[in-house]
Amino acid sequence: MIILIIYIAIFAAAFFVVRFGVRKFRQMRDFTSLKTVTFGDESAVRPDRWASVISVVTIFLLWGAFTGSNWVPIHAPGPFVGDAEFTYTLEAPDGARDDAAVLVRVFNVGEDVEPPAIEPGAGFAKNDASSVGAWRSDLILMDKNDEVTRKEGARVVAIDGQPVNPGETVPVAGGKVAVTSKGSLNFTPRPGWQMEPIWLPPPEAVVDRVGEIASEGYQNFTLWEHLYWSLFRVIVGFALGAAVGIPLGYAMGLSDWFRGWFDPIVEFMRPVPPLALIPLVIIWAGIGESGKIILLFLAALWIMTISARAGVSGVAISKVHAAYSLGASKWQLMRHVIMPNSLPEIFTGARVAMGVCWGTVVAAELVAAEKGAGMMIMVASRFQLTDIVIMGIILIGIIGYGIDILMRKAEKWLVPWKGRI
Amino acid sequence: MSTLSIENISMRFDLPNGGHVQALQDVTLELNTGELMSVLGPSGCGKTTLLNILAGFLAPTDGRVILNDHPVTGPDAERGMVFQQGALFEWMSVRDNVSFGPRMAGKREKEWRGTVDHLLDVVGLQDFKDKAVYELSGGMQQRVALARCLANDPDVILMDEPLGALDALTREKMQGLVLKLWKETGKTIILITHSVEEALLLGERLLVMAPRPGRIHKEYRLPFADDGVGKDLREVKKNPAFGDKREEILSMIWDMEEEIMGRTEEAGA
Repeated sequence: MIILIIYIAIFAAAFFVVRFGVRKFRQMRDFTSLKTVTFGDESAVRPDRWASVISVVTIFLLWGAFTGSNWVPIHAPGPFVGDAEFTYTLEAPDGARDDAAVLVRVFNVGEDVEPPAIEPGAGFAKNDASSVGAWRSDLILMDKNDEVTRKEGARVVAIDGQPVNPGETVPVAGGKVAVTSKGSLNFTPRPGWQMEPIWLPPPEAVVDRVGEIASEGYQNFTLWEHLYWSLFRVIVGFALGAAVGIPLGYAMGLSDWFRGWFDPIVEFMRPVPPLALIPLVIIWAGIGESGKIILLFLAALWIMTISARAGVSGVAISKVHAAYSLGASKWQLMRHVIMPNSLPEIFTGARVAMGVCWGTVVAAELVAAEKGAGMMIMVASRFQLTDIVIMGIILIGIIGYGIDILMRKAEKWLVPWKGRI
Repeated sequence: MSTLSIENISMRFDLPNGGHVQALQDVTLELNTGELMSVLGPSGCGKTTLLNILAGFLAPTDGRVILNDHPVTGPDAERGMVFQQGALFEWMSVRDNVSFGPRMAGKREKEWRGTVDHLLDVVGLQDFKDKAVYELSGGMQQRVALARCLANDPDVILMDEPLGALDALTREKMQGLVLKLWKETGKTIILITHSVEEALLLGERLLVMAPRPGRIHKEYRLPFADDGVGKDLREVKKNPAFGDKREEILSMIWDMEEEIMGRTEEAGA
């Protein structure tokens, strides 16, 4: 909630700073900037690159600030670390009361800390000492060393002078103390606003992991091998899907019989998410490479079939007529008119298929695999290695984005006329 | 010598609701080699259906088309088409578009290079031959379509409103080009148009068709096409005889349109 409010505040502040501060110094006078009607004219809406940069920087800043990163100068308040002290008032069955102090040493998880030494003090309630890691909580059996124990009817009636009953919580310096239903004390140091590394590690931990896993590997394979295997499966599965799907789509676009025969199959299989096929594929082909490739083949197949079919039906009939009138044979029509004309549709389909395949391979590896990006983050999550999980997610995102950019580049190069007719 | 004869063609097709459409009824026509005939008529008179039958894209329900003593059964390189929107192949350069016919016929480059270069000169696109067709303007694209059709050396050229999508100025220039190509090549040309002026300017013969059912309403023989070759077409339009003919045909088409409107209103009432 706090993070959301900060985020919205940065969004708004950056908007005003850029709009009224920076804009003045970078007036461009191209055609679009001279339009007066921009609200409603989609073509006049161009992404403000300042906003993009600030957006990415903001995410890293927030990430760093709320994880106590060394890379970020400002931090959200961290968890309480140090010695916290509070007193409790013990009431013996005869009504006598005595105060005793509890000293709790709060340390960063991973450090080796001895509980502080403490004098027992006077009275029938004796002072206690304990130690607890930040973000953790500590059950303090305060009556162990007391002269009257809970078994004998003693109970805590106040903490730092504030009266309490079992089940209630009292704020103290450095955290809060709850009286459990059984009467013991539970000290929780103040967690602050930062995330515990086990939930969200700081950015530098993730980057360090990249270096470590790239050189030493994780689960018997290096990072590059994990990514390579995921990519390899996608490319092989997609290539097979395209190799079968495109001719099938052409056949469906050109022949009544093929259209009729495969229509029910394609229309049925198209809405089935490839993820739903994972269990069946595992039953049939196991968790090895062939299972993955069959799954990706199926994921790509229907998309490529449908896009190839759409490519054929998208040929303007006048082009077909023109080719026949110029003396083209059926095969020549296929080769010189239908195939090139369907390329834009096929490329659109290929981009979608590659995206689906990449998502499917990661999901399939999450379920079962010996290597691969999905398997890496799945195993890491079992061991609570959040930094590896986050690193894996970021790399998966970068690769998916990279695939899409490459497909778009290929499209521009191979189908330059797309959108220009 | 008669080359193209259209014998008692009728076209009638069923509709899914059980009714039927009589697109053409008993159309008979003869064209000699080298004649340019323009076809006019209100929408729905079957002009395009007739052209599609001549091209071989549609089979008539009755009658037949004979070209050079053999019946037309399907599309063929002997009958070239020029479409309203060019129907060019975007993935090919201008030169590849123009040489499409000869290449499909399996001719080698040295056989067609001369013809193609000459045609590119004639239509004024020599400097653009390596450009992609989507980079050209509408008028240039239509010139590519004309050159592509001529490169195949067809006996008959069928034009389906070839200049319909062009602006007025480009259209005038292209009309001159069509006349020039017609005279130079001596092709038989059938040209469908919506413009009465264009039909008069280009048509050595002018066929006016009537709708519902599509049929030949009247045929004219006109001098303006021959007059116009190599001249400024605006001079031809100033000729009082041209104006008279234009008024006559316009009022004829208006009458037909009004008759259709009346019939529709009756049906509606």
